Amino acid sequence: MTLSVSDLAVSFGGVTALDGVSFAVRPGSITSVIGPNGAGKTTAFNAITGYLRPTGGRITYDGAALSGLRPSAIARRGIVRTFQRTSIFPSLSVADNVLTGLHLRSTAGFFDVLAGRRRLTAEESSLAADADGIIAFVGLGHRHDEIASALPYGEQRLVELALALAARPRVLLLDEPGAGMTGVEKTVVSELIRKVREQGVTILLVEHDMRMVMGISDTVIVLNHGRVIAEGTPGEIQAHPDVIRAYLGAQHGPA
Amino acid sequence: MDQLLQHLVNGLVLGGTYALLGIGLTLIFGLMNVVNFAHGEFYTLGAYVAFAGIALAGLNFNLAILAAIVVGAALGWLCEVTLLRPLRNESIDTTMLVMIGVWIAMQNGELLVWGGVAKSIPHPYPTAPLVMGPVAIAPLRIIVLVLAVGLIASSWLLIHQTKLGRAMRATFQDRDTAALMGVSIGRVHAATFAFGSALASAAGALLGPVFLAYPSMGDLASLKAFSVVILGGLGNLTGATVGGLLLGIAEELGAGYISSGYRDAVGFVIIILVLLLRPSGLFARQERIG
Amino acid sequence: MRALGRGLLAAALVTLPLWLADPYYLHVAIMAGIFGVLALSLNLLLGYAGQLSLGHAAFFGIGAYTSALLTLKCLWSFWPALAAAIALAAAAGWLIGRLALKLRGAYFVLVTISFAGVISLVSVNWIELTNGPLGLPGVPAPDLGPWSLRTKPAYYYLVLSGVALSYAVCRRLVRSRIGRAFVALRENEPLAESIGVDVTHYLVLAAVVSAAMAGLGGSLYAHYTRFVSPEVFLFTYTVTMVIMVIAGGKGTLAGPLVGAVLFTVLPEALRAAASWQWQMLAYGLLLVLLVFFLPRGIVPQIVASFSGHPRSAPGSRAPLR
Repeated sequence: MTLSVSDLAVSFGGVTALDGVSFAVRPGSITSVIGPNGAGKTTAFNAITGYLRPTGGRITYDGAALSGLRPSAIARRGIVRTFQRTSIFPSLSVADNVLTGLHLRSTAGFFDVLAGRRRLTAEESSLAADADGIIAFVGLGHRHDEIASALPYGEQRLVELALALAARPRVLLLDEPGAGMTGVEKTVVSELIRKVREQGVTILLVEHDMRMVMGISDTVIVLNHGRVIAEGTPGEIQAHPDVIRAYLGAQHGPA
Repeated sequence: MDQLLQHLVNGLVLGGTYALLGIGLTLIFGLMNVVNFAHGEFYTLGAYVAFAGIALAGLNFNLAILAAIVVGAALGWLCEVTLLRPLRNESIDTTMLVMIGVWIAMQNGELLVWGGVAKSIPHPYPTAPLVMGPVAIAPLRIIVLVLAVGLIASSWLLIHQTKLGRAMRATFQDRDTAALMGVSIGRVHAATFAFGSALASAAGALLGPVFLAYPSMGDLASLKAFSVVILGGLGNLTGATVGGLLLGIAEELGAGYISSGYRDAVGFVIIILVLLLRPSGLFARQERIG
Repeated sequence: MRALGRGLLAAALVTLPLWLADPYYLHVAIMAGIFGVLALSLNLLLGYAGQLSLGHAAFFGIGAYTSALLTLKCLWSFWPALAAAIALAAAAGWLIGRLALKLRGAYFVLVTISFAGVISLVSVNWIELTNGPLGLPGVPAPDLGPWSLRTKPAYYYLVLSGVALSYAVCRRLVRSRIGRAFVALRENEPLAESIGVDVTHYLVLAAVVSAAMAGLGGSLYAHYTRFVSPEVFLFTYTVTMVIMVIAGGKGTLAGPLVGAVLFTVLPEALRAAASWQWQMLAYGLLLVLLVFFLPRGIVPQIVASFSGHPRSAPGSRAPLR
């Protein structure tokens, strides 16, 4: 059940975004990918989840290749992502957002729906119960029937997390879940991420907030200029000379 | 072979006006992100202004075309300021619906004013064709081609040599950056829509005398303009010019060698094929901003 | 309260030929029903899946021609011809769905317009099959066992069944995971994919069901007017459908039907006062006004004003996509 990336390369019209990136995400871990802006973190996410066709390399989950599959097919295999910019179904209520997110947990096909079989009613009510459970889990029970786009920013991010959980991930890729959040909200999200992991979901995280990353990660992978420059426990990474150089370099401009 | 030359010449005349239509639409589409389904109605408008100017007011031919350009620009400006400006931050679908409404309203307005009977627009040029070797061409068609080429050239100059043109190009590249650099987006949008509409109106005034003026003529014109834009790529001036000429020639060849009944199918088929096979247009550039 | 209202409405519709016996009124009711089917069909694609088709008259026309040709030239009876009309329109929908899969917004619109344009030109030019611009007169009235559905009341019930069937299909789809997948594509396509919604499958499905329903409308129309000509492909039909859906409320179940009744009855009522051109002019202006002042349509507006708290999201003027 390992998600592994080997020799992944992505380039856009001559510009190399990822240049031979390899890493493996240990099942059940929280693994973070960090790196300066433009290091290729989101590009790696897009390539893994099928939103972008890599120019080279191999992505496998549980031994089977993911490369070339469409995003929906990758989600079907249990690899579910969130987006860097808040991504919800804006004009639906919180409940309908999550109900929509449960797509993969239901099976009714076109003719089942037209015939209105009894099984369908049972499926619908179990979906509604699942949705309520997920909404309660992320702590949005009081917003159940509100329109998602009318919620405050932090809560919209929680809706997004609920949507991803609804898809029943085995590996959950979170793209900057804490971006733009207050300190309190970040603590809540960190706690949620931990709880999700306790349910056996592997977490791959892109995040800028170092406190959050170092606080919850088992493994940290550092990208710079499209390459992995370090991989290790938070303690090892904080002491790693290349990492310090990369971050200082990014802050003070190229030396 | 002789026939082929004749078709090519006829196609060039049509193509020149198609290019005018296409340039206007591609600017509006590329720069304002507005799908202007009313574009053909400005073409109709131009034809009727020419008709009114020549047949009713007794203007001379060139003045009537000028009048069509001015009226087209004025109405286009009005349309942008009243309908599109308030919706600038809305989705492309919203403005598309509004322009569909304008299309229907303008077309039926024309129908009410002028009636459904096609009108022939008088012109001062002899009807006997000039015969040059294997090719025979009516003098009016030559004038139309010359004027169309002149208008296309002026558009190029406007876009590439003037301050307004520079503002338009900047807005096309990146609206927010252009605004930061002091470009008045409102003014650029109004100018673009007025300019595009004026070109469509000019095309109508030019082709109207070659064929006839009737209220639903704009439907086909819109369709052709869209074919040209799709052929040439969104917001691509060169593409629209070449695409217009290509479409004109393709239509003449289609009508000549396949069946005249399917002449107008050429545009439809081009739209379908290009969108399916090469959605960024035949002359796509990498840095296309969509 | 709602159940009572629904019961009353159903009773009124079923008994309509009794209290509205005037053939002219019945004619208006029949046309409203046929347009109701068409509006429901367009709404599935536009209101739920978020793709505007401006070639919907093509599916309508394909249904009308298929049904007319099979009954006239192959002497089929109405019911198999109706089934064939639905099937052929659905096949055309599948084709368009497959072809236009990667295209969104304006590009999808253009492909649908072009498709309708090509089909319309074929109907004019393939004279051996379609009799060209002269059209096909004498399309037979349908039979139901020993009874002919030639009379207006009988045809009214046929159309009413068609509307009921279409409505039931839409309702079941919309309230299922399939309908939620359609809406997910409309609302946020990348997100929909990330939760496992197969874009290809659901866009094609929406196009097929929508086209099939329009084919049903076409067949009902052909056997009612008993005449089919290339005019069935007129853009006017498409525009009328669009107005009905937008005005009634896209993405709602009742909206398209309200729009269909309104925009069949209103033009008839105004016919004495205003010519067809004036009406079309008014349609154009109305579309503009709707976008500005009633972007979500009549039904959602009424629902919002009754439920007290507006279920609208800030900044979502027209959640088309």
